[in-house]
This record gives sequence, C-alpha cells and structure tokens, in this order.
Amino acid sequence: MIELKQIRKAFDGREVLKGIDAVFEDGKTNLIIGQSGSGKTVLIKNVVGLYVPTSGQVLYDGRDINAMTKKEKALIHREMGMIFQSAALFDSMSVLENVMFPLDMFSDMNTADRIKRAKYCLSRVNLAGAEDKFPGEISGGMQKRAAIARAIALNPKYLFCDEPNSGLDPKTSIVIDQLIHSITKEYNMTTVVNTHDMNSVMGIGEKIIYLANGVKEWEGTKDQIMSSTNESLNSFIFASDLFRKVKEANH
Amino acid sequence: MYISDSIATFGRYLQLMWRVLALPERWRMFGREYVKEMASLGVDSLGIVVLISFFIGAVICIQIKLNIASPWMPGWTTGYTTREIMLLEFSSSIMCLILAGKVGSNIASEIGTMKVTQQIDALEIMGVNSASFVILPKIAALITMIPFLVIFSALMGFIGAYATSLVGVINVDDVTAGLQHDFNQWYVWMSLIKSLFFAFIISSVSAFYGYTVEGGSFDVGKASTDAVVSSSILILFSDIFLTSMLS
Repeated sequence: MIELKQIRKAFDGREVLKGIDAVFEDGKTNLIIGQSGSGKTVLIKNVVGLYVPTSGQVLYDGRDINAMTKKEKALIHREMGMIFQSAALFDSMSVLENVMFPLDMFSDMNTADRIKRAKYCLSRVNLAGAEDKFPGEISGGMQKRAAIARAIALNPKYLFCDEPNSGLDPKTSIVIDQLIHSITKEYNMTTVVNTHDMNSVMGIGEKIIYLANGVKEWEGTKDQIMSSTNESLNSFIFASDLFRKVKEANH
Repeated sequence: MYISDSIATFGRYLQLMWRVLALPERWRMFGREYVKEMASLGVDSLGIVVLISFFIGAVICIQIKLNIASPWMPGWTTGYTTREIMLLEFSSSIMCLILAGKVGSNIASEIGTMKVTQQIDALEIMGVNSASFVILPKIAALITMIPFLVIFSALMGFIGAYATSLVGVINVDDVTAGLQHDFNQWYVWMSLIKSLFFAFIISSVSAFYGYTVEGGSFDVGKASTDAVVSSSILILFSDIFLTSMLS
C-alpha cells in the first residue's frame, strides 16, 4: 500500500501540488485523472522518488521513501516498475535486451534463465517474435507493451504508468489498459495510472483520484463518477458529447 | 552574474562527477557498455583521425618547405619540424579539439536524448545510478582509446609528410633524415599524457551538458553545441598549463 500525506511540491516558488492526501491500495488499479497541467505527472514523480516533495510524506507500507537511506531507496526502486508516456525503451538495445535489462542488473539468474524470463514477459504482453527488433522499428503500441514487459520482469510490487495511452489509437489503448489491469490482478500489484483518457477511467478505474490545479478535488470509483455532483469533475469527465450522452442515458 | 553562474555550473559538474565516479553496480554490465563505447567513441573516430592527420602532415611539410627552407638551412629541417609539430601539438591538442567536435557532440546528444525521452528516469526508477551507468563507460572508454588515436594521428602525419616526397615536393632523403633527427622520446609521452587529460575533459564535460538537458530536441541541440564549445575552451586552457608543466 502507498500512502500520500499532505504532499506539496513547488518549483521556483510556484506551488504545483497543494497538499495531496491519498491511499493506493494493493491489488487495485488506482487512477489519477485531471486536465493537462493539473499536476498528475508531478505527483507520480513525487510518489516514485524522482522528485522530492517540498513537504509531506510518501509512505510505502508505512516507510517514508524520502527518509530512506540511499541503499534502502535503491531496494524499494527495484520493487517498482514504471511505464512512461514515451515508453522510454533504451534505443541502443533490442526489445529482448530491454526486457532483460533489469534482470541483468539485479538478478542472479544465469543467462539462459534471464532470456527465458524475458521471453516469458514478452509473450505475456503478446510480443513474442519481436525480440530482435529495436524500439525504432516497432509501433507505439508495441513499444508500450515492451515497456510493460520490462516493468514486470522483476515481479514488482508497485507498477506506475504515466499516461500509458498517450499517442495510441482507441483500440490499442484498450489493449494496453486491459493488459495493465490483468497484470495488476495476476501479480497483486499496487498499480497507479496517470491518465486523462476517459475510456481508461470507465474501463479499469477501481479507485480514481481527480486532480485540478494541484488539489485533490474528488476521490471515488468509476461507478460513483457517473453520479458525482462535483462541478469541476463533471466539466472534465463530460467534456465530450459521447460521455454526456452516456450520462443522460443512465439518468 | 556570469561568474556566479559559472561557479554554480562548475559545482553541478562536480556533483555529477561525484555520482559518476562510483563503483559500477554490475561489472558485467559495465564491461559490456565499456567495450561498446570503445568501439563507438574510439574505433569509429579512427577514420577522421587518419584522414585529417595524413593531410595536415602533408600540408605542414609543404608549407615549411615553401616558407622556411633556404640554402642556409639543413635539408632535414622540413621533416624535423613536421615531426615536432605533429608530436608536440597536432596529435594531442589539435586532434583532441577535432574529437571534441565529433565525440563531444555525439556524447552530449546521445545522453541528452536519453534524458528528454525519459530513458534516464527509467534507469533511476529501476534503482540504477544512471549517472554512473551512462557516463562512466564513456569516460573510461575514451581515456583508453585516446593514446591509440594519438599514435595513429602522429604516424599518419609522418606518412603524409613522407608522401609529399613521393610527389616530388621535397627530397625523400631530407624527409627521412628530418623525421629521424634528434628524436626525443619524452615528446611522445608528453603527447600521450596531455591526451589523457583532454579525453577526460571531452567525455565528462559533454556528458555533463547532455545529462543536465531539460526540454526537447532544441535543448539537446543547444547542449551539444555548448558541450563542444566548453570542451574546446577547456582543452585550450589546460593545454597551456599541461605544456608548461610537462616541458
């Protein structure tokens, strides 16, 4: 479980996060939603330790990541997997080498076992056969799937996804969402997904946090979102005609 | 303002180097990257070093023959002067200035692109010391390869000078005598020692500019240019100190 307590983050005196409290539960797909510039990426970077909050605590099973020693921090990072907006695969390595990278760095498996594990992860994300290709040779959707395979290679406890559907077509987005959701259940991970894709919200959002201007405006489930009376949330969620019509039909 | 900015930048450079000069987490991975970088930064630079050194050696020889040689000078002066220029300055300092352009921009743009495409963040999330993993093999590889490049450069300069005699610009016996006249072995060592410092400057300064990029492709391009300019200036300044210390 990850617990955020009064997270504040400022850059050059400008406060981007204004006291966020939240709990991300084990085995659940937790979503952080909000408009571009609402502070989603800054929040997730604070959670994973890429940024240090100006004040507040990020507790991993009760331990504050920012109070950990360098060694403890490195160990907790090895329990994390992250999928970036740009997939962030290493350009100079093949898909297989990318997935093998965390195993090469941190496991004591022999080469044959590492290859076997990497190939299993690739088959889990339906990328068997793309092992020898380089990131530049595969589509955006395949890159995201390769990034998921790399993220799960070490059986992480925590999975973070920063706008995993960005730049993907709706069909591929659904595939990626379902993959993240099923992997979360399979490994009983604590998954946190940053998104502004409403299909993701309706498809996999077990717990949803809505950010607006660096403030947590709303928290609930995908079922509660349809009946929310929060004006800011409604103007964000039902900005598109399609979702407005869905809401009207539900009523 | 400019001075305080420079001091702050130097401080950030030292902080980064403190992280870079940590022991590798996995020697196997370090070894793999080290060999890859030796090929990419060293072996791939051989072509440009050979080409430029050959022609500069030839041109120096021709210029000296045309401008200095006179009946009052011994015939070997041209070959001798060419050898000393190649050994003392060209093969170490000027060749490193050329490499600052080729290798420095390569390092800065590669690391800068890794930064803006979040590959560096991906390493950090995995618990890898990204600075050490990405930069240390480059520094170690360039320092390893630079002596070979310096030796190749000097040799090609001599061959270039010798080639001018084959096309009749200068007497072949004069060049041969000049290249062998009053040889001081220390000049070779001096050239190699200087090049080791320059290799560290090129690789670490370029890596610093790449690693500290914020933004997008425009900023990567700017970092690449800054890396080349800063490396070149530092090479020129340190050349003065190194030459006076080692001479």
